[in-house]
Amino acid sequence: MNPIQSLIKDLVDQYGRNRESLLPVMQGVVRQEMYLSEYSMVEIAREMDIPAAEVFGTATFYSFLETKPAGKYIIRVCKTITCAMKGKNQLLFAIQDMLKIKIGETTPDKRFTLLETNCLGWCHKAPAMLINDDVYTEVTPERVREILSGYMKEII
Amino acid sequence: MAYSYQLKRVDFIFRNENDWEKVLSSTIKKKPDEIINELISSELKGRGGAGFPTGLKWKLTAESKASDKYVICNADEGEPGTFKDREILSKVPYKVLTAMAVCGYVTGAKEGFIYLRGEYKFLEKELNKVIDEFQYYCKEINLDFSIKIFMGSGAYICGEETALMESMEGRRGEPRNKPPFPTQAGYMDKPTVVNNVETLVHTWTIFKYGAKKFYDLGVQYSRGTKLFSVSGDTPKPGIYELELGMSLQDFVYEFGDGDTKAVQVGGASGFLVPRKKFKDTAIGYEGKLVGISLPTGGSMMLFNSSRSMFNVLDNYLEFFREESCGQCTPCRVGCQQLLLGIKAVKRGEKPAAYLDKLLKLTETMQLTAKCGLGQSVANSFSSIVENFREEMIY
Repeated sequence: MNPIQSLIKDLVDQYGRNRESLLPVMQGVVRQEMYLSEYSMVEIAREMDIPAAEVFGTATFYSFLETKPAGKYIIRVCKTITCAMKGKNQLLFAIQDMLKIKIGETTPDKRFTLLETNCLGWCHKAPAMLINDDVYTEVTPERVREILSGYMKEII
Repeated sequence: MAYSYQLKRVDFIFRNENDWEKVLSSTIKKKPDEIINELISSELKGRGGAGFPTGLKWKLTAESKASDKYVICNADEGEPGTFKDREILSKVPYKVLTAMAVCGYVTGAKEGFIYLRGEYKFLEKELNKVIDEFQYYCKEINLDFSIKIFMGSGAYICGEETALMESMEGRRGEPRNKPPFPTQAGYMDKPTVVNNVETLVHTWTIFKYGAKKFYDLGVQYSRGTKLFSVSGDTPKPGIYELELGMSLQDFVYEFGDGDTKAVQVGGASGFLVPRKKFKDTAIGYEGKLVGISLPTGGSMMLFNSSRSMFNVLDNYLEFFREESCGQCTPCRVGCQQLLLGIKAVKRGEKPAAYLDKLLKLTETMQLTAKCGLGQSVANSFSSIVENFREEMIY
């Protein structure tokens, strides 16, 4: 058994083999692997006895279940109205300039992926962004450079 | 103009009370009927935005005959400009859990779920701790009710109750046809109560202080208080609990920056109210107070005169185009065409009269879309295009 197979088996043992467990299982894989590869989706289908097309269809519906390879830290910048009004673009420019990637891309060292997302629910402290599960609010271009520097120091 | 009216600030929801054990044990000593009647007489309506009477929802579920029933707390707070549920779950989670357990007692449900949006994953750990403590107490008083968190994965449409249940059943979050309503056939085809986080906290207020206390707040048809998420061009963005029924003029007087051009009431799926209509607009459920009254999930976004309404509408439509589940044609194609359409008018590729065609399209969407998402695109689209037509063109 390779690592992905055993990860999926553990998750399915933990959450159960019924269809209601599909989302928790997929979330578990994404937590570990940062995305769902075609291979993991087929493995989930096999392990849970669900058609692979159904697994693919469900996975691609949800924006937090990435199906393209992603970095260790996924940066999601809110682009909905209040954040857009309060400087989300400056924030995006600062990140792109610092990491030398565009929206949708991953840094060559697989550390960061940059994405835009819809309303994060922090409109009173706009602009907001998520780095994996952690929230950062009222982020200025200066602050985002500090925040990212912190993540860059970490050894991956 | 004289401003005589003061907004009525209240403090029920975030009041820190440490007596949830007492509230729970004394409430479940009453008969289920008694609790339902109490809720009905309070005239509490759903605070997620749709405004269905909460007492009636519990009653219908209680009357449905089935071996299993479920209680779901809808914490998939995705409407742009709303952030109150997050605050409730981080500050007073035990009120939500108590209300869910009472709902289980009243309806006969043994299992409860909190559907928490993926963006609020950071709340999960703390919330689970509170749930553990809560479950321990339930066991002590022999109340058979369990609560679990179900994490969403970033889909606005899953806030729609039937899409939410599809998602919990491990499928794409595509809304179901209604009827049957969730009170008859919901999660796993069993009778299910789906309540917004804030609605549940209001039931706590009613259990603890009585229906009359709640009923005495607000105005006719719109009883009680409501949390408002205030954002945009305002010197004091944040979350405020106010009595329902206030006029938008008073709201702007309190929260505006002196240059408020328009207010978006109810998020991207709500209505944009221009300055000249502030006086005639009240915030509450249907039933006329002064002029029009607008229901809301509590999202209040203020725009001052430096904002282009074209950009605002463009941002909303981009949002809807992405979040439309794609299941029904009017919504899937409609959202795309509206976005392309306003851009074409702005660039001058289409004449100004093309906006009227787009307005017709939103009417069609309102009539034929399967769920609230497609139906409500017309709200913001028509209120922006009709009131700020020139900004769409020039």
